[in-house]
Amino acid sequence: MSDQQGPPEEPTPEEAGSPPGASGSPPQQPEAVEGAVVVSEQERARAEIEAAKQRDADATGVSLEATFSQRLVAALTGTSVVVTVLAFVSALVIGAFIIALSEDAVRETLSYFFARPTDAVRASLDAVGSAYLALLQGSLGGVPQLSETLVSSTPLILTGLAVAVPLRAGLFNIGAEGQFVAGGMVAGLVGFTLTGVPMLVHLPLALLAGIAAGAAYGWVPGVLKARTGAHEVISTIMLNNIGLLVSGYLISTTLFRRPDRADPISRSVEESARFPRLLWWEPSLRVNASLLVALALAVAIFWMVERSTRGFELNAVGLNPRAATAAGMSPGNTVILAMTTGGAMAGAAGAAVILGLQYRLTIGFSAGLGFDGITVALLGRGRIGGTVAAGILIGALKAGGRNMQAQTGTSLELALVIQALIIVFIAAPGLVRAIFRIKADDLPTAQVSKGWGG
Amino acid sequence: MRLELQGITKRFPGVVANDHVDLVVEPGEVHGLLGENGAGKSTLMNILYGLYGADEGEIIVDGQRLELEDPGDAIDAGIGMVHQHFMLVPVFTVAENIVLGVEHTARLGKLDRGRASAEVAELAERSGLPVDPDALVEDLPVGIQQRVEILKALYRDARLLILDEPTAVLTPQEADDLFEAIRAFTAEGRSVIFISHKLREHRAIADRISVLRRGRIVGTADPRTTSEQELANLMVGRPVELSVQRPPAAPGPAVLQIEGLRVEDAVGTAVVDEVDLTINAGEIVAVAGVEGNGQSPLVRAVTGLQEISAGTVTIAGRPVVGATRKQVLRDGTGHVPEDRGSDGLVADFSVAENLVLNLWDAAPFARRGTLQFGAINAHARTLVEAYDIRTPSVETTAGSLSGGNQQKLVVAREFDRPIDLLVASQPTRGVDVGSIEYIHTQLVAKRDEGTAVLLVSSELDEVLALADRVAVMFHGRLVGPFDTPIAKEDVGRMMAGADPDEVLGSSPGGQP
Repeated sequence: MSDQQGPPEEPTPEEAGSPPGASGSPPQQPEAVEGAVVVSEQERARAEIEAAKQRDADATGVSLEATFSQRLVAALTGTSVVVTVLAFVSALVIGAFIIALSEDAVRETLSYFFARPTDAVRASLDAVGSAYLALLQGSLGGVPQLSETLVSSTPLILTGLAVAVPLRAGLFNIGAEGQFVAGGMVAGLVGFTLTGVPMLVHLPLALLAGIAAGAAYGWVPGVLKARTGAHEVISTIMLNNIGLLVSGYLISTTLFRRPDRADPISRSVEESARFPRLLWWEPSLRVNASLLVALALAVAIFWMVERSTRGFELNAVGLNPRAATAAGMSPGNTVILAMTTGGAMAGAAGAAVILGLQYRLTIGFSAGLGFDGITVALLGRGRIGGTVAAGILIGALKAGGRNMQAQTGTSLELALVIQALIIVFIAAPGLVRAIFRIKADDLPTAQVSKGWGG
Repeated sequence: MRLELQGITKRFPGVVANDHVDLVVEPGEVHGLLGENGAGKSTLMNILYGLYGADEGEIIVDGQRLELEDPGDAIDAGIGMVHQHFMLVPVFTVAENIVLGVEHTARLGKLDRGRASAEVAELAERSGLPVDPDALVEDLPVGIQQRVEILKALYRDARLLILDEPTAVLTPQEADDLFEAIRAFTAEGRSVIFISHKLREHRAIADRISVLRRGRIVGTADPRTTSEQELANLMVGRPVELSVQRPPAAPGPAVLQIEGLRVEDAVGTAVVDEVDLTINAGEIVAVAGVEGNGQSPLVRAVTGLQEISAGTVTIAGRPVVGATRKQVLRDGTGHVPEDRGSDGLVADFSVAENLVLNLWDAAPFARRGTLQFGAINAHARTLVEAYDIRTPSVETTAGSLSGGNQQKLVVAREFDRPIDLLVASQPTRGVDVGSIEYIHTQLVAKRDEGTAVLLVSSELDEVLALADRVAVMFHGRLVGPFDTPIAKEDVGRMMAGADPDEVLGSSPGGQP
């Protein structure tokens, strides 16, 4: 019976509500058939509706009569959000242990731990407290820190979308890194090859070229998947390597390399192709117009995934490809569309970094931002708004991490460890539930978890 | 074995699946357990087999209280179960499957295959369930595979056998063989719990029938003195209309024309071969047959889901070959797929979204690429009303509805647009009796509108109740169609591969 959709048993809430065996014993009518027909059709219909309501509420954590504020509370405290937040908290806790153990002062107190354990505890709390305080101050402590947080967030929002859109179609795009490189390379090329063009033309052109390159680089694994069944995880991992290595080679050729330099570093993007900084009265702050581009693209992606007919197909294919096929949709085309759109977002991220921040291409300029997109999308649960929020959160972690290293000497790598731990906890929601003893009643996470197994 | 269940109660979140169930199975008795899908039959049996723990109540075997931790304990206590979906390793032989888990080993853990084979042969002989112990399970027809499952339980010395919907995959003749075997089994003083939603079978085999409704035993009946109608009323909880009101058909011009159709599977074996069939406007043609004889690929080919190797299919003059599935559907074909859970709907989508699943990008539901949720929801509210889909709202996820209402949702979507051809595969599978009545009525109504209906069903009763003409599919080939009324036994014999000329003798139904 478990091979059918829906819950295993037809629930009987009205029976659940009544005290079991209220009449002493259940009605037994041996050899009797007459008089057993008692349930009217209206009662039956009402029971079926009640049952469906119950199951729907169980699945979404909110009853259908709920008011707006009840829904808001449910959305913020729904177990999947709670699990996400707790995954973040758990990662911070484990990170705290790592900070404590890596601190020299703490290790010294450990040598006489059994004599005076309070020393060790105090030293640990000191180390962890100052590190996390530095993390917080470095990300939110003032306008310059906020600027850095937003600068770090911009590419993360975009690479997060690059992973989230395919995720909704049931695909796991590991290739944002390669698509990021493709976008950055082509945007940079357009940015420094064209000269004497007004910014109004040059900047959009370079940006669009980057988006197109990323899209093309995402289209490839999409087509391979749709036409030959090649698993997108394998092909995107390989395309990442190809992209990174080819870009390294290209940067050292005369096409890209600065004429006056021997080491692999490209010419600089023309002023007319650089994203203008947003805080013009404070030109040292690096937050720039690429942030607005990222947010505008997020809005467009939201429309596409949640409101458009293409998005309807995308979600249907992600949730049940067989039913989508039976309804006349084309899973193949949807796969290609999802991967191409994802690639375009990663390409935009590459363009944003090169045209907004670095202005020149160096080997390894992607710096793992594409892979960070996986964290961002998973933290955002594959939802568009969630992905934007997660991008800002991880951006803050990155910006704060730099401050933490500068102030307390705790390595920047800790921020990466925390990120990795977040993924582990999100990938294993059962683990978080077990730690915090949360009832497992959310779980319509089919789309988010489907891409893994293939 | 005398089995007694006392006050068994099992609760799932928000649901009481079994509510103080008392049941006594006497030695040598075949005890029928009757109930609709979701009545709690499977839960009860899973408790008895040690798969679930009961929240309350006791299981007593021959006067002794039984504690079941897992199926191993149940097997040790002499309880055997044959599941609806077989638990066999296809690439193992019959003997290997039967001894799996209790196999005899020689030195160094070497399997003693010879002894297993001999023991199984002897057991099969003794229990009147002949099988070849050395045949690979994957090569065996379903009926024989079921025999292997039963032998597996007997090999573990089962004194109580639970058969969960055992006849669902059998031809009527195979079902009769099974009933013989059950009688031989109970003649030795062993007991059987027979689960089915088919009333006729309960009356044929059961000594006593307990009826479960919404987790409770609502009555125990004697099959000799209780009519099918009475059983149905008891099962559903209200008077049920068992027969379908069906005025004579008024066939019009040909709509579906299949000629020389051949469909091959992935390795090039013909799964549908040389099939010719014409269905006219305003008639229901049913394709009967045991599942797995090519009905699914036939339907997939007709509705544009599968490539055709040879032959032609046209719907109202439009060729299906070369058209996409979307074109086939939009041009006027409705399709109720056989497995609604995997093909019919997206469980996490809302009722409203599922009701436009095949029209998602057509006006008025979409405009310039944007979904029009106002139109989608209004459409859904209309259909929910018209097709009596019991849902708290159109935004409820489709997966929350009961099986019958999920099926009504699919039916509403496929029926409620102008179509030339309606293809309905197993339209009432896993659906409660009330919804079956409703869906049958709707099918006949659609026919009377002038739609050509292709009904594929493995439920012979359904075929005979609805069809104007009946064809039978066996091993990828189609015989018929024959005019109705036609004797049920004759269709049953053709389902098992009998030659139609012999079956129907000198007075065939005749082809129009």
